[in-house]
Amino acid sequence: MSAILPPSERIWWNQPIDKLEFTWIAIALVWSLAMFVMMIWWHIYGNQNLANETYKTTKEMYAAKAQAVVDQYTVRTGTEAEKQFPIVKPPAGSDIYMIGRLWDWWPIYELEQGKTYKLHLSAMDYMHGFSLQPQNINIQVHPNYDHVIKITPNQAGVYSIVCNEYCGIGHHTMVGRMYVTKGGE
Amino acid sequence: MADKEERVPVMQQVLDNPFLLLFLGITIPTVLYVLWGVMEIANIPVAH
Amino acid sequence: MTTTYRICPRSGLQFDKDAEKLMRWHAVAGVLALLLGGIMALGVILTRWPAVKLLEADVFYMWLTAHGINMLIFWIIFFEMAVLLFASSTLLRCRMATPKLGWVSFWLMAIGAIMTNVAIFSGESSVMFTSYVPMQAKWHFYLGIILFAVGALITCFIFLGTLVVAKAEKTYEGSIPLVTFGALTACIIAIFTIASGAVILIPTFLWSLGYIREIDSLMYRTVWWALGHSSQQINVSAHVAIWYAIAAIVFGAKPMSEKVSRTAYFLYILFLQLASAHHLLSDPGLGSEWKVVNTSYFMYFAVLASMIHGMTVPGAIEQAQRLKGYNKGLFEWLRKAPWGNPAFSAMFLSLIGFGFLGGISGVMMGAEQLNMLIHNTIYVPGHFHATVVIGTTLAFMGLTYFLVPVLFKRELLFPGYAKMFPYLFGLSMYMVALVMMGAGTLGVSRRHWDMAFAGAPMAYEWPGAAYLMMGLTGIFGVIACVSAGLWILQIVFSLLFGKKLEEGETRSTPIPLTLPAPTPGGAAHPPATPGTMVLALIFLTAFILYYFVNWKYLSSLWGMA
Repeated sequence: MSAILPPSERIWWNQPIDKLEFTWIAIALVWSLAMFVMMIWWHIYGNQNLANETYKTTKEMYAAKAQAVVDQYTVRTGTEAEKQFPIVKPPAGSDIYMIGRLWDWWPIYELEQGKTYKLHLSAMDYMHGFSLQPQNINIQVHPNYDHVIKITPNQAGVYSIVCNEYCGIGHHTMVGRMYVTKGGE
Repeated sequence: MADKEERVPVMQQVLDNPFLLLFLGITIPTVLYVLWGVMEIANIPVAH
Repeated sequence: MTTTYRICPRSGLQFDKDAEKLMRWHAVAGVLALLLGGIMALGVILTRWPAVKLLEADVFYMWLTAHGINMLIFWIIFFEMAVLLFASSTLLRCRMATPKLGWVSFWLMAIGAIMTNVAIFSGESSVMFTSYVPMQAKWHFYLGIILFAVGALITCFIFLGTLVVAKAEKTYEGSIPLVTFGALTACIIAIFTIASGAVILIPTFLWSLGYIREIDSLMYRTVWWALGHSSQQINVSAHVAIWYAIAAIVFGAKPMSEKVSRTAYFLYILFLQLASAHHLLSDPGLGSEWKVVNTSYFMYFAVLASMIHGMTVPGAIEQAQRLKGYNKGLFEWLRKAPWGNPAFSAMFLSLIGFGFLGGISGVMMGAEQLNMLIHNTIYVPGHFHATVVIGTTLAFMGLTYFLVPVLFKRELLFPGYAKMFPYLFGLSMYMVALVMMGAGTLGVSRRHWDMAFAGAPMAYEWPGAAYLMMGLTGIFGVIACVSAGLWILQIVFSLLFGKKLEEGETRSTPIPLTLPAPTPGGAAHPPATPGTMVLALIFLTAFILYYFVNWKYLSSLWGMA
């Protein structure tokens, strides 16, 4: 007669279902399907979809591409607090390469609000976590994979990139920076 | 004793068969999650 | 070899004495892992409490690794193996298949657990529960987990073997009990979990020895999560089975519908494991089709199943209570429930917390795009402390109160504490889960030694609210740890010094199960359950609101394509 005993009817499949129980199942089913459709709908109409564009790469190849962008578009050198990292200001639409390594994000990019860039993410050693604050956009970063995401910053300001994938003893010191400026228009 | 004349419905027979359930419970995630996922990763193009 | 059976005079349950001894050993081993994991929890929580910051970074990461593995793998799987033995040989009133092999399995698990812990505490294996490559642990870290998994796999097959024995020896009629069916679900998921673990951890073990040059990090993460997340789905199946069991034991509640509850479990068997994809939604390289199909458990069918269980368990209790005459208004059945019985209060707090905190947050973060908002933030541990601690651990702890007299034949000491414990521990864990999720919503990272980024040249400053919430995490976390510590002491003292209870009749042949004749007519019209329906609709409203609030938040972020 209970859940710890076998069902008392030999054929329980044909037992009628309680009306309220059935109603709840129907509601839950509709809600489940609605949530499923929501993800697809957002792919079509939403503006925040994580791109799947990814390439297998090597650390050397990726580092070389990042270096090339830095060499071409560096506008100034950061302050001492910024570890004197190059501050790179590529034109809108450029490919920009961000390197995650023990324990910093390199280099510092300066982007324009409302412009679109192709942000590449890859790691040089362990996995890292790209956590853009205070936006709170979080993306996993793998070594040997080049992940390409089209980003369009919608607000000017100073952003931090916190590493949120555990990467060893210095993990908590791994914080990078990104600038977004109002632009000329 | 319950009467033996009425046939047990198919779905009840399925739910009463642990090894069939085991087969389904292993196959579906293996195909949809593991194999499909591994194929996606294996098909990632190489950067130039 | 002959089997002896003991009839428990307190519960009427019949135990195969070999199986009973194995259950006791598994339960005790589980509680020892819980103790170790709990001490680690205290260290972790006191370090993440910004005002305290107890441990140095290296010790913190070591303890965090030990906390994760001892809780999520060792405590829970040891206890689940005891549940499998109970749900098969005890509930089916049969002998256990291959008891000797049961001991081989137990010792493999025990040696594995010890080996991994030795690896962690001798240093150089602070790789977290997930041990993501290319970060490398010592070889015995991986080998210990592999041995533990092999042991657990053997017990899963013993469970299936016992089902075969019971059927062949006709110790029950018709279908297996619903609780056993739930245990079967857990067993099936466990077999998938362990097989996936073997596929990825054996190469990783060989890599740590130098036989394999490289393991792809994305491949590792994908296959590893078939172990890491599915292992927590074993918990879901197991603790839902325990909800049904406690409802049956405390209230004599009958499932509202065998068909509905079993079909819901069937959906778990088919789709629950797909949710391993929740961890890969913010990873490169996996297509959106794969992500959407898997993260949604194939169109949210497993969420549907959980919503069904979440209604049918309290619904069954409501029916049982109304049959006893608690019929006034919507909620007399609930008001007059035995709130002082820790098995019930733990079960009910587990159900509510699992649904409202763990369930809603889990589905929110499992939406492909929304995942970016919380990936790797402390929201994630907030969520799974609601599922694994409030859902699973609290249900297991409640069940243990029932097992002390029945399985261990001892009288429980300090019954006053037992009455209080589910509230003390359960509600403080509710708060821990909530404030962790709050801090995670603000972006605070998980697995992070110092939210003030000491020593970082370009430190980021979290909003004050994030600090407040991490402080609250500390305060409520300490209450939870201390109350769980007292629970362990209470159980251990009861087992060692509690009054010995009567053993009960022992015999060499099992008593077959006799069922009461099906109730004609009356059973077809059990009372309706409007109270449960109201609770369910409150749940749904909270669910829908929270879900869309997060989409709104997402829409304010940088454009991404």
